[in-house]
This record gives sequence, structure tokens and C-alpha cells, in this order.
Amino acid sequence: MTVVMLILLGFLVVCAIATSFAKNLLNTILIFMSYSLIMSVIWMVLESPDLAITEAAVGAGVTTVLFLITLKKIKSIIEEEDDDEEDSEEEVNEQTSEK
Amino acid sequence: MSRHLKNEEYEKTFSGKFRQWLNGESDPFLGKVEQKSQKEQRESRKQARKRRQEHETLLTEAYNLPKSRTFKLFGKAYGLASVLFAMVLIVVLVMAVSYLPTFGEADKPINNEVSERYIEKGLEETGAVNIVTGMILDYRAFDTLGESHVLFLATIAVLVLLRVDDDSPGHEILMEQAADRFHEPKNDIILQTAAKFLVPIIFIFGIYVILCGHLGPGGGFSGGAIIGAGLILYLTAFGFNKTERFFTAKTQKIMSVSALGCYSLCKSYSFYTGANHIESIIPLGIPGTILSSGLILILNICVGVVVSATMYTFYVMFRKGNF
Repeated sequence: MTVVMLILLGFLVVCAIATSFAKNLLNTILIFMSYSLIMSVIWMVLESPDLAITEAAVGAGVTTVLFLITLKKIKSIIEEEDDDEEDSEEEVNEQTSEK
Repeated sequence: MSRHLKNEEYEKTFSGKFRQWLNGESDPFLGKVEQKSQKEQRESRKQARKRRQEHETLLTEAYNLPKSRTFKLFGKAYGLASVLFAMVLIVVLVMAVSYLPTFGEADKPINNEVSERYIEKGLEETGAVNIVTGMILDYRAFDTLGESHVLFLATIAVLVLLRVDDDSPGHEILMEQAADRFHEPKNDIILQTAAKFLVPIIFIFGIYVILCGHLGPGGGFSGGAIIGAGLILYLTAFGFNKTERFFTAKTQKIMSVSALGCYSLCKSYSFYTGANHIESIIPLGIPGTILSSGLILILNICVGVVVSATMYTFYVMFRKGNF
């Protein structure tokens, strides 16, 4: 069990660091969600299933959804528009900025 | 009986004057304060050239950040200071952790008579097999009541901040910004088929978690969160037209307020009897059956209702700003 626990804790640390270092906000949210999932498994291993259920439902479920809508509201997620011209322009801009 | 002044007399009193000033009928400063109209601004050619030069120097020297020396220095100092601050913080926190009692030690301060009593007499006194639920909904039920009210307050705050009324200014623009709801449902076959199978299962699991909170792991908060997540999934799959048939702002109000009121009534019965700690008239029942442990089942249902309504309301308010 200690080996499993160590692996889980390692994942936890990696997720926590990656959350703050990811450049894309969408990636940050997804990594944060995986952090919550790992945390709920750890609660399970620590024999507190009450907390595990709550963490999975609130941390991994509802919080992530709320974060995603907020990102959409502040227009941080670049959506695939129906207008092809705008889309291609944006893509070109992105590519040039990446280079 | 209220004093009734005539109109002319009323206009001479202070409140009458204030009212006139408020309505813009009279200006008390008119004729008493020197008022000058503003001159139109003009600048000579020389002044204009000077202004342009100053603007250019600003652009080339002060705001040319990559070349500005002060900016570079400030950047370096800022990085150094942040690293130092983080190091100090890490040292302080690690020292604080090292002073904590070791995990699992027998004579650490948590192992006192309070937890002993919970473990030994908990089943007897609350009738709940799940000792955690027995604690949070019987011994410390007032804490949970406060937490439910915090959720209710959070809903009200979100409503105040994000609500879009039909007559609020800029309503049409806001509605256009949230235009994706007009294209709903998006008729994503994978999502809809998955939701068709998953949503009933999620609901049943949530209800099970709420109802069996005193028998096994779970309780009002987690079950309510699960049901709220199920509602959100149903909404994303099938759109607002279908959910508005059974869940509107009115439903949310009724659910939250009645559940909180029910909780308060159930938990403050000792005050109505004079706070004399007489025995509860509700029998504890046989531990292990679903209708046992006094009020815990009812309180669990109340908390579950509040939490699920809150989660769903958050989502709708963030998404659309209106029910």
C-alpha cells in the first residue's frame, strides 16, 4: 500500500506544480481536475470515503464545470467559429506568435 | 394623525426645498456662485510641436520597456525579492509542520475525551451507524446549519452579481453574448445518448447517498453535489427548454427556503422547550435500519436539497444569467 500511496502522492505534487506552470488556462483547469481526482483516491486510501465522495463530486465535477464556463464567459477559450475567414486569421496569428 | 401642510407652506420647509432640489425644479446655487463657461481649447503651432516631441520622448525612452534601464533593474530586483520571499515562506511553513505531532501517535492532543465520547457513546446517543454523520448532524448540527446558510448566501450573491433581467440596461447585448443558448440543444448524439443512460443512474446514486447518510459513507452535502452534477449534465445535453419545465427560479427559491426553514425548525426544537435539554420525543429506532437515528435522515434530506439547488443555480447563473 505504501508504494501505491507514494505513487499517488508523487502524482499529486506533479499535478500541483503543473497547475501553476501550464500556459494554457484550459490545461490548467484539466490538470486541476486530475488533482482533485487523485486527492479523492487518496482520501479513499486514508479510509475516509465521505470526503472521497464529496471531493470527487465537488472538486472534480462542479468546480471544473464552473471554471470552464467562467473561461468561456471571459472569452479565454478560442472557439471554432463558423466564419472560416476569422478562424484562419486567428490560426495564422497563433502560428506566427508561436514561431 | 399626520400633519397636513398646504402646498405653499410645504415648499418653504426644508424637506420641501430638498424635494424640489432632488426633482431638479430649483437650484439653490443659482446666482450665488460665480459660474464661468469653459473656453474652447486652442494651442499654437509651437505648443503643438512641443507636445508631439514630449510624446515621442515618452514613447522612445520611458515606455520603451525592453531598452529602459530602470525597468531591467526593477525586473531583476523583483525576481530576487520574489525568490527570497518564497524561500522564507517555505522555511516558515516547514518549521511549522515539523512542530506538528507525528501522525498516529497515541498521546497527541486530538486523542482527548471528546473523541473518545463520540466513538464510545456515538451510536447510543445519535443512533447513526456512520459516526461522521452522527457528529456533523447531531452533536454539531448547528455548524452544518451555518454551512447551509453560507451556501444560501453564496447563491444570493451570485444572483445579485450575475442576474440579467429583461429590463436591465444592456440586456440585449448580454443576451447576444450568451448567444450559444439560442442554438441549444446542440444535438450532440454521443453526449445525449450518454446522458440518457447516465443521468438516471447519477440521480439514483445521489438519492441513495443522501438517504443512507447515517448508515454508510455519504450524507447531504455529497449527495446534493452528485444530484447537482447530474442536473448540470442533463442541462448540457438537452438544453434549457427541457430543464425549465421542472426547474425554474421559483422552484429554486421554494426548495432552498423550505429546506433551510425545515432544518432550522428541526434543530431548534430544544429552544422552544425552554432549552432545558429534555429528551427528544423522536425515537432513535434500531441502528442500521433506514428509519432510525432520529432527525438525521430529515436533516440529510434538507441539506441535500439545498446543495443540489445551489449547484444547479450556480451553473445556470454563470451560463445564462437568468432562469
